[in-house]
Amino acid sequence: MSSDRKIRVVVAKPGLDGHDRGAKIIARALRDAGMEVIYTGLHQTPEQIVETVIQEDADAVGLSILSGAHMTLVPRILELLREQEVDDVVVTVGGTIPSDDIHELKELGVAEVFTPGASTQQAIDFIRGAVRS
Amino acid sequence: MATPPRLSGLERWQRETFARTPERDAPFSTISGEPIRPLYTEDDLPRDPDAAIGLPGEFPFTRGVYGSMYRGRLWTMRQFAGFGTAAETNRRFRYLLEHGQTGLSTAFDMPSLMGHDSDHPRSLGEVGREGVAIDTLEDMETLFDGIPLHRVSVSMTINAPAAIMLAFYVVAAERHGVAPDQLAGTIQTDILKEYIAQKEWCFPVDPAMRLVTDMIEWCAREMPRWHPVSISGYHIREAGSTAAQELAFTLKNGLTYVEHALARGLDVDDFAPRLSFFFNAHIDFFEEIAKYRAARRVWARELRENFGATDQRSLLMRFHTQTAGVSLTAQQPLNNIVRTAIEALAGVLGGTQSLHTNSFDEALALPTEAAVRVALRTQQIIAEETGVANTIDPLGGSYFVEALTDRLEEECYRYFHKIDELGGMVEAVKQGFPQREIADAAFRYQEEVETGVRKIVGVNAYTEGHDTDTPILRIDPEFERAQVRRVQHVRARRDGKRTRSELDALTQAADDPRTNLMPYLLEAARAEATEGEMVQALQRVFGTYTESPAF
Repeated sequence: MSSDRKIRVVVAKPGLDGHDRGAKIIARALRDAGMEVIYTGLHQTPEQIVETVIQEDADAVGLSILSGAHMTLVPRILELLREQEVDDVVVTVGGTIPSDDIHELKELGVAEVFTPGASTQQAIDFIRGAVRS
Repeated sequence: MATPPRLSGLERWQRETFARTPERDAPFSTISGEPIRPLYTEDDLPRDPDAAIGLPGEFPFTRGVYGSMYRGRLWTMRQFAGFGTAAETNRRFRYLLEHGQTGLSTAFDMPSLMGHDSDHPRSLGEVGREGVAIDTLEDMETLFDGIPLHRVSVSMTINAPAAIMLAFYVVAAERHGVAPDQLAGTIQTDILKEYIAQKEWCFPVDPAMRLVTDMIEWCAREMPRWHPVSISGYHIREAGSTAAQELAFTLKNGLTYVEHALARGLDVDDFAPRLSFFFNAHIDFFEEIAKYRAARRVWARELRENFGATDQRSLLMRFHTQTAGVSLTAQQPLNNIVRTAIEALAGVLGGTQSLHTNSFDEALALPTEAAVRVALRTQQIIAEETGVANTIDPLGGSYFVEALTDRLEEECYRYFHKIDELGGMVEAVKQGFPQREIADAAFRYQEEVETGVRKIVGVNAYTEGHDTDTPILRIDPEFERAQVRRVQHVRARRDGKRTRSELDALTQAADDPRTNLMPYLLEAARAEATEGEMVQALQRVFGTYTESPAF
């Protein structure tokens, strides 16, 4: 990508949980850090999220899940991205994710997992680094 | 000319004594950002303490809703529980009752909260995860199997489909020979705070308000021991609000339900005594205590002066408290026991009627049984060992607490006026006003944490690097498959023709806004319609709700 283009990030809330405090904070922090942020809003299906990622030509997608359904929803999103031959989008996950699951999610293709207590700066730095590399 | 001696005394103290040592570098403000002075004195008490503070059990109830408070009866220890299938949660309920818990509180899973059956495509991976999956009357019967419903008070935390769950509960009790008027408990039903904060909905705002009003009306007639709405600030606070926002939005939501019930033609004293509240107990100890005290005073005044309530019970702001999930950290999780104890103490010193203490592992996953036991024991230690329940409102008259109480009340009215300017709470919610206020407050707080202005032990101060692994509760994925089989079995077994006809009757009733939907929901429950089917029958008329995403 050209260096003057802003990083485009989709912040998405898959599944049914309505805990959007973290997603909104991250969305705002990424925007304040100079990125182009598209927030999907709540209760998105994996299909809807992948469609948004493609339509918005996103460089990264941040999935916020606090319902415990991450081991169902995240693999499904990764699978759909592969099916659509989207292989250059950085996928990150944020939420209450137990450490065993973090390992498994990373093996499946998630670039990074942010758990409670992670700072917005960590997310900003990670996405910048991962998208530019 | 002489200045008043007390004032000059304080000034003299500030100059000669206090200022001798420089202040340490700290924000000196509450977690909500309210600046706090170094000292509060008699000058900070209300001008007319008898009118503003009064006595327990008497208007304006600042010191407590009951005359004897914990001298008469301790608060109800009510731990919120629910996961997996109904049978699993039933076992946890029995465990809690055996360990001295005095009421039950049900957590539902996300599909149940959103009105989806467990075999709905959108339920995949969510069944039984954050609470118990209840799809059918049969599930509700299993949930309370062996629990004497005429003796144990039961709370159900569900909102958008609350009327359907209440119908399941009433019919389940009926099948065990317990009549609706014997049932004691609470169902949350507070749909306004769903649009504001918790974000689990089934219908647009207006028909959702109709359902709430239907329940208030029906319960006023049929369920005299039941609280049809628990007006909840808890989730508003968890979403990042300040204490003042929690107070103001919650009370304004409550007043909005009152207005709607009055518009239905009910007398305020016929239903107001059955409205109850649910607040958060966050970590800023005195601010929380002041919040509960202010809430009692504002509610009593509004009901008496603006809504003409004459029955004293209509004026009582009775509330449940839960310690702040959001204050818990995944880092050094044992520290959460201390946080929860302090928060629980604030709830007790604030005069709560019932209390849930969070488990220390809840920033990681649903709590294990061992963690739940410590949480319940925390309440028992406060009740039995600390002596804080020996006298009523021990902090009443504290210069600081009374000043904070007044301050929160002021802020609450400032928000009331703003919301009135927007056309009332329903309008304000549709315009996203409380949602934006909360998101802004949450962002401000996060910035304070990240810049180190606010210290959180284990997160941005006194960190230890890698934490030792805490055992967490794992939900067996088999629960989801079992639950899917259960709901499908019910659909196959029941008299499908009867179910269909009751669902059609429900849709027709929904089409007439003057019809109270509760009797139709009860009939559908008796005909073993599932939760999802009833929601869909209503959505045919009501439609669905989508929030316009903003951040």
